[in-house]
Amino acid sequence: MKELWNIFKKGIIEENPIFVLALSLCPALAVTSSALNSLVMGLAVLFVITANNMVVSVTRKLVNPTVRVPVYITSVATIVTVVQLVLQAYLPALNKALGIYLALIVVFAIILARAEVFASKNKVIPSMFDGLGMGCGFALGLLLLGIIRELIGAGTLFGIKILGSWYNPALIMVLSPGAFILIGYMVAGFKMWINHSEKVKLERGEM
Amino acid sequence: MGHYLTILASNIVVNNFVLTRFLGLCIFFGVSKSLNASIGIGMAVTSVMTLSSMLAWAVYHFVLAPFNLTFLTTVVFVLLIASFVQLLEMIIKKHAPTLYNMWGIYLLLIATNCIVFSVPLLNVENNNSFLDSAVTAVGAGLGFTLAIVLMASLREKLRLADVPKPLQGLGVAFILAGMLALAFLGFSGMIPV
Repeated sequence: MKELWNIFKKGIIEENPIFVLALSLCPALAVTSSALNSLVMGLAVLFVITANNMVVSVTRKLVNPTVRVPVYITSVATIVTVVQLVLQAYLPALNKALGIYLALIVVFAIILARAEVFASKNKVIPSMFDGLGMGCGFALGLLLLGIIRELIGAGTLFGIKILGSWYNPALIMVLSPGAFILIGYMVAGFKMWINHSEKVKLERGEM
Repeated sequence: MGHYLTILASNIVVNNFVLTRFLGLCIFFGVSKSLNASIGIGMAVTSVMTLSSMLAWAVYHFVLAPFNLTFLTTVVFVLLIASFVQLLEMIIKKHAPTLYNMWGIYLLLIATNCIVFSVPLLNVENNNSFLDSAVTAVGAGLGFTLAIVLMASLREKLRLADVPKPLQGLGVAFILAGMLALAFLGFSGMIPV
């Protein structure tokens, strides 16, 4: 049980797909102009990565290693199509807002990377937790970016006004330059935090 | 003629795929460390994207649409483009070894890249004609090349700068891209899309 928790936890902080591995950045920057879009995108990725990890893990003994990459891609593309159709049917407005970035989940490096590195070598349950951890790390990263950008850029959160009329929204945060600059500082912040916690661990070990 | 020039200009500067639509960021940050490599990958992306857009257009309009299979677009396009790039790599390796030595390594890198995958999808979504799709792809590729060459030149200068430790590497690269995006924002509104 502890092992599963560790697999799960790893994806959220130490190997956070956005801030530490810097994988699959296109959606992280493109859809995070509002908190709601980030949340939906994050959940979609969480679902796709978990489901794909399970599919890859279940079929890992059936798939010939020389054709594994096309098989992974087909599996991801199928799951993404399912998500697209479901969103189209039940949440058409959000589907429109996410637009092409939803289809682009197919080519997210993080999903193929987890299939290749983890799910193709492990049993179903650990693979599921790996997918959940990485997916949650990704979703939380997106949500964090979305909250900051919407709050500074529009003064709202999930469309509800948070900051009063005294606040003059800094539109740049919703536009593309703000996204790049914000993520730059976030990457640096994460680096500092990880370095610091490693230092603390080292000092404790020495004492 | 003017119509095609508008599409080109719109995709190169006004709606630059990298800096305003955030596509192709993985290679944008990964390869922009040296100027030579960035020119190579820019050319590779442009040519692959143009060819695969044309191919995808044909498959969509002659196979998927007549048989009502448009819900399979995502699956078909990703497999089509990935296998097309593989084929292209084999052909170039056999018939143009010099070219292969220059661009070959980048071809595999872009086989399943978001910018190469998104242009055909956007073309289909916007109902572009065959020629419009091809010109859009050329514009998107040239825009990508412009952005990555600018970025590589900036990063080469950056090597001499004194950057705070946590910002080194990716952090400062993002902020640099932000500044670049800010400059490109100046073009917005010049062409009605």
